[in-house]
Amino acid sequence: MLTAPIIVVASFAYVGLLFAIAYYGDKRADEGRSIIANPYIYVLSLAVYCTSWTFYGSVGRAATSGIGFLPIYLGPTLMAALWWYVMLKIIRISKQNRITSIADFIASRYGKSQTLGGLVTIIAVVGIIPYIALQLKAISNTFSIVLRYPEVVMPDQQSAPLFLGDNTFYIAMLLAAFTILFGTRHLDATERHEGLVAAIAFESVVKLLAFIAVGLFVTFAMYDGFDDIFSRAGQVAEMSALLTVGGDSGNYTAWASLTFLSMAAIMFLPRQFQVAVVENVDERHLNKALWLFPLYLLAINIFVLPIAFGGLLHFAGGTVDADTFVLTLPIAEQRPWLALFAFIGGLSAATGMVIVETIALSTMFCNDLVMPLLLRMKALRLTERRDLSGLLLGIRRGAIVLILVLGYLYFYLAGEAYALVSIGLISFSAVAQFAPAIIGGIYWKGGTRSGAVCGLAAGFLIWTYTLLLPSFAKSGWLPITFLSHGPFGTELLRPQQLFGLAGLDGITHCLFWSMLANIGCYIGVSLIKRPSAAEHGQATVFVDALKHPAAAPGSRFWRGSASVNDLLALLGRFLGPDRAQEAFASYARSRGAKSVNALAADANLVHYAESLLAGAIGSASARVMVASVVEEEPLGLDEVMNILDEASQVLAYSRQLEQKSRELEAATNELRGANQRLQELDRLKDDFISTVTHELRTPLTSIRAFSEILNDNPRLEDGQRTKFLGIIIKESERLTRLINQVLDLAKIESGNAEWHASDIDMREVIEDSVTAVSQLFKDGNIELQVQLPRQAPQVVADRDRLMQVMLNLLSNAAKFCERRDGKVTASLERQGDFLRVDVTDNGVGISPADQAVIFDKFRQVGDTLTQKPKGSGLGLAISRQIIDHFGGRLWVNSQPGVGSTFSFTLPVIAGAVAPGQRAS
Amino acid sequence: MIRPSLKGQRLAALFLLGLFLLNYPLLNLFASASQLLGIPVLYAYVFAVWALLIGAMALVVEIRGDD
Repeated sequence: MLTAPIIVVASFAYVGLLFAIAYYGDKRADEGRSIIANPYIYVLSLAVYCTSWTFYGSVGRAATSGIGFLPIYLGPTLMAALWWYVMLKIIRISKQNRITSIADFIASRYGKSQTLGGLVTIIAVVGIIPYIALQLKAISNTFSIVLRYPEVVMPDQQSAPLFLGDNTFYIAMLLAAFTILFGTRHLDATERHEGLVAAIAFESVVKLLAFIAVGLFVTFAMYDGFDDIFSRAGQVAEMSALLTVGGDSGNYTAWASLTFLSMAAIMFLPRQFQVAVVENVDERHLNKALWLFPLYLLAINIFVLPIAFGGLLHFAGGTVDADTFVLTLPIAEQRPWLALFAFIGGLSAATGMVIVETIALSTMFCNDLVMPLLLRMKALRLTERRDLSGLLLGIRRGAIVLILVLGYLYFYLAGEAYALVSIGLISFSAVAQFAPAIIGGIYWKGGTRSGAVCGLAAGFLIWTYTLLLPSFAKSGWLPITFLSHGPFGTELLRPQQLFGLAGLDGITHCLFWSMLANIGCYIGVSLIKRPSAAEHGQATVFVDALKHPAAAPGSRFWRGSASVNDLLALLGRFLGPDRAQEAFASYARSRGAKSVNALAADANLVHYAESLLAGAIGSASARVMVASVVEEEPLGLDEVMNILDEASQVLAYSRQLEQKSRELEAATNELRGANQRLQELDRLKDDFISTVTHELRTPLTSIRAFSEILNDNPRLEDGQRTKFLGIIIKESERLTRLINQVLDLAKIESGNAEWHASDIDMREVIEDSVTAVSQLFKDGNIELQVQLPRQAPQVVADRDRLMQVMLNLLSNAAKFCERRDGKVTASLERQGDFLRVDVTDNGVGISPADQAVIFDKFRQVGDTLTQKPKGSGLGLAISRQIIDHFGGRLWVNSQPGVGSTFSFTLPVIAGAVAPGQRAS
Repeated sequence: MIRPSLKGQRLAALFLLGLFLLNYPLLNLFASASQLLGIPVLYAYVFAVWALLIGAMALVVEIRGDD
């Protein structure tokens, strides 16, 4: 049946299987074909949360407090819902900064502080050692129980001699060997252990199956299903109390504080941080883990209550420890293989926890406690050693052995004093102290190093005083009066009723005081002083981790000079020269550089080297080591703030850019408009030239034709000859006039015209021009009326030019009044600051379409092809240019068939009156 | 890459819901000795809420499309 050799062989076979799986996992990882790169393995590795404390202890706690064991699993379930925010952020920060432990995380966040890293390590080690002891105790106890099969006998207390005579010691050393073999095979910048994770995942499957197997056996083989067990339990008085929230969890405060503790534990237990963050292959695995991990917890807890009640019903009288029901029920029912399976399940739960926890702690111990100290000891001349990777591995291996020996000692000396659950809760309370510094650290930039140090220290001290020391007192290491009467008889300082706060259970009491001190100091001290430049830089890297996923964090906050070879040599000393070379080569490839030598030793490379080093020796030590080989110029707080302001500046800059681009668009539109005008002008110019040549050709043709007639017919009559010569002269004059006008217009338009501005009296100009054209009007039999005011202010203008305008307007009027009763009126009046001149005729008028173009060059009313032109077509164009030049306006009002009025205005000189008028 | 999104907010809401459903005083409503299908009503309630929470979380995470 189940004899000692079988049990031992089975145990070793199981551990051997773990070795095989871990070996296979590592081998596949080296080949680049990971077996753990899927969410299910990730979920199973997270289930390292369920230790022997779950496997055996849940039943034990359920047997005394009913449903009171559940908050330990409900907390993580609730927390999992927040992983989407919190865990994702922590994972991303850790990957960006190559953070390999929770101590490193906190140290890195608060300016890569060695003090903080050391403090966190001490808290973690002190807090977790009892927890490791608990696992050893579970293995040891269950081993001795299963050895006594088929009897159910509780293990003897403290019978074995210390160390060599004790099975537990060998178990501890076997676990140390396993951890060393697969946890510290080589130094890796990411601290990932694929083989180990594979083994842990396998263990999670085994413990779940074993527990469910026992649960099914108890529920359906020993009893007749759930209702049978519960109805039988309801008939026993002591047990019926457990069916409600009775027992010692009768107060809901304990329920709530356990929920909170377990929420913190699932995030901040070193082993959870190890599997969830450090060993995480892909952050997308979080998706599935989010609900599969709580499902695992639910599955492993379904049978806790049936087993607890089954055990209580079966072993009536309390002779058997409820913590062992999972094992003792199959033994009592004479099921050797089920008992062996249960034992292996418990073994897997315990070993999984011990292995991962030890690795996590040894990493911290080495990187955040020992290395900083060693590097500081100048006498060791450590910084001059060529290859430190061996030393690093040595320290880690030593740390693993040390931690397990400490755990063993704790188990040996104090292990019997407590039930499993109580020890676990002490550890949970210790790691809960990390919560303010971490949660605050990733969401609040104002948290400082001093604040974190004070908060952690205060919380840790209170935890020690209210939870750890009482546990020592209960173990007999301290006088029990310490608990009942306080230190030195000071009742106010009784550890479990601090300052007289009574009525809470020990855990809640500790949680209240430690969190009050922790959070209070963290926030309070943080607010006393501004964070330093380094702290502020790290705070931004952490708090804004999700905002800039692609940015290389940290490198923005570095300035100095370095050499590639120095960095390579430094890295080689800690990682080994080959690994360092390899890492730099892959960096060079990712940067597109041909070789390592082609790399520029810029801030990015320095940051890359530092993060690689951080993976091996922790961020705080890495900072110190990198600083030792590169020349750094410290950034002042102002500069860091400036860098941080860059983001907002970039925003402002992009707004400016937008503004500029809008302006540019407007300018483009203007340009396009100008271009269109230019093209229009170009076209007009072409039109102008063709029109001018056309206009010039008409008189030329006429002159030439009559000249030829005169030339070819020498005997032409005198009358004819005179007539033809007259035409030639007239046409020549017209040609001259036309050319003069074209030149005139060209001059005016190009701005080269000569202007002789003087103060002139407009009345004189009108009178003179009327006199000049009077013959024309008499010839046409047209009546010309002039209406002038008695006095008019002077205007500044060129008298000859104004004459030109008047003559043009009057002769136009005469031309278009061919009717017998033609009548033209010229009038002058003052309108405000302007003098207005109107020349009105009662001629044919101008159609509105023609009115629009009449001032353009060579535009004449009527068809120029069929009618002989009556002018050059330039007169009005020139007139308008002249009036415009003197700041006036020329326009026309006309009604076809009624007549037209051409009007222009000229600005008057303020207060000036024509001198001649002043006299009259 | 996981983007903080509607999913995150739904999960946070589930967290709050769970926090209320699995604590005093709601828990106290079920702290009686009566049984539901042979199972103490308190146990049935806690496990049912637990399972439903997990189901809701799975639903939120696994349903694709509108994130």
